[in-house]
Amino acid sequence: MKLLIIEDEPEMLENMAQTLEREHYIVETASDYKSALHKIAVYDYDCILLDITLPDGNGLELLKELKLSGKDEGVIIVSAKDSLDDRLEGLNLGADDYLPKPFHMAELHARVKAVLRRRHFDGNPQIHIGNVCIHPESRQVTIDTNNIALNRKEYDILMYLITNKTRLVTKSALAEHVWGDHIDQSDSFDFIYSQIKNLRKKLEHATISIEAVYGVGYKLEIL
Amino acid sequence: MKLLNHTSKYLAILLVPLLTIWAFIFYYAMLDEIYDSLDDGLENQKVLLLQRLPTNPAILQHNDLDLWNHDITPISKNHYERFEDRYSDTLMYMLNEKDFEPVRVYETRLAYNDQYYKVKFITSMVEEDDLIQDLVLYLIVLYASLMITIVVLNNWMLKKIWRPFHSLMGQLRDFRIEKNHQIKTMDTTIEEFKLLNSSVTTLIDQSRARYLEQQHFIENASHELQTPLAISINKLELFLENTNLPEADVKTMVSILDNLGRLTRLNKSLLLLSKIENRQFIDEEVIDFNRLTAEIIGDFEDLAAHKNIDLQLESVGNLNFQMNKDLAIILLTNLIKNAIVHGQKNTTVTIQIHQKTISIRNFGVLEALDRSVIFLRFKKLSNDNKSTGLGLAIAKAISEKYGIQLDYSFTEQHVFSLHFHK
Repeated sequence: MKLLIIEDEPEMLENMAQTLEREHYIVETASDYKSALHKIAVYDYDCILLDITLPDGNGLELLKELKLSGKDEGVIIVSAKDSLDDRLEGLNLGADDYLPKPFHMAELHARVKAVLRRRHFDGNPQIHIGNVCIHPESRQVTIDTNNIALNRKEYDILMYLITNKTRLVTKSALAEHVWGDHIDQSDSFDFIYSQIKNLRKKLEHATISIEAVYGVGYKLEIL
Repeated sequence: MKLLNHTSKYLAILLVPLLTIWAFIFYYAMLDEIYDSLDDGLENQKVLLLQRLPTNPAILQHNDLDLWNHDITPISKNHYERFEDRYSDTLMYMLNEKDFEPVRVYETRLAYNDQYYKVKFITSMVEEDDLIQDLVLYLIVLYASLMITIVVLNNWMLKKIWRPFHSLMGQLRDFRIEKNHQIKTMDTTIEEFKLLNSSVTTLIDQSRARYLEQQHFIENASHELQTPLAISINKLELFLENTNLPEADVKTMVSILDNLGRLTRLNKSLLLLSKIENRQFIDEEVIDFNRLTAEIIGDFEDLAAHKNIDLQLESVGNLNFQMNKDLAIILLTNLIKNAIVHGQKNTTVTIQIHQKTISIRNFGVLEALDRSVIFLRFKKLSNDNKSTGLGLAIAKAISEKYGIQLDYSFTEQHVFSLHFHK
């Protein structure tokens, strides 16, 4: 999988590249409009992470160029400007997703994987992990061949942890992803525990387990 | 009182003494003139009598005032020499009026053929009471017509003259700095209004520029904070990906992350506030609040369950209201979250929807909160350090944007209510 990160902030770029490389993607970078335009014209990518504010141009213009040239790359707009207009315009121009800064790395992985999955399995992807199989389209989960019923939150937690399987996922990242941004300001994120507990019970016969890490977050372990 | 009526009022008051003084002067001047002319007439009668006397000596026998208008009485020479002409007023019975009427009397002396006479001429006189009555009547009429003229003219002229002023005032009354209203000044030749127009225009332009500057400052500051926050959060998360970190380090890292998360939320809330105030949420649709509330309650089930709070939704009526959907979500979310976060463990949070109101009730501290500060920015309701202190300020800003009335009251429970006026 080949990714292109277009981002003018060097440290931001480095962080994103580093974390995505750990997932064994081939990561290329561009830090301005001109070099980004050059790269998208010459090479093909599976997913492009696009910052809107570039020193020499607007990321949305790049998106237009990309779609004009008939390329069908997945595009995730990454912007510090969490503006409704940009979000709508970006999505109208054919972007797949919009990720406002700052974001959790776990969230970045979830978004990138979702885009790649949609692009590469033509709507019929299956994720196998241990003896668990997930059908994202129908949101069905099977252990071996047995269907297990998960509610929306349990499913979202499981997907998020699977997407970030080698990583410590903090409670706040998980809460924000599953319960939405609005859940913030809660006095603690401990309320997510009851759903985790239920999920663990349902995964009793699976060869994966959700491990608590020092009380600060969770990690998916393959047994 | 309007400026217009002020001028009229002062003129009305000032005219009363002025006209009264004028009436007195006029009355005495008139009276003086009338006496003068009557006395001249009486003297003329004497001259005429003297002219007629040689041809008609019988005149000397006239002694009936009613018949002849004069009365001739013989007097001694001695008397004659001491006699001085005199005028006086007296009353006489008038047959036509059947009443005593004032008459002017002229007493003079006359010498004819060594005979001496006293002659008395009378003439009917103007009736003073009638004169005064007429004068007062005419003065009242004059006063009334003057006042009417003044008020009408004043109204017309002042309205015309003050039009630029009233037009400006009308616009200033509706002026809200956060709305991009342009003030249109009327062209005028009046120096003072020109000055007023230019001063107001300058003041408004400057204020709006400052306001926008401030809004943009908050927005830009928030934007500029996002990238360093993102870099810090992501660097720490990358660091946490190392599997062989000791527990203490992981806990420290996560604590830093949580605090950065708080900073991020604070920043987002500030950005949201300035966006609401900058009117950046334009799209509106009719929101079914019963459905939306049910959805939001679903999101908070786990949080409520964690505190063993029972979330109850009572839909008494259907509430539909046109507004921006994102803002509707944020409004309800903030109020419900507020009720749960500050709600007492093992109690109930009740959300009641009527046709035009939503009320959210929770049990909490047993005294009312200070109504004057709860909706202010950064006024925290508790020492809960995860709270941004902006939740209720944002709810208030959203309510104000749509003319929804957000109230707080306390009766055993803390009640936040939204009144939707359509």
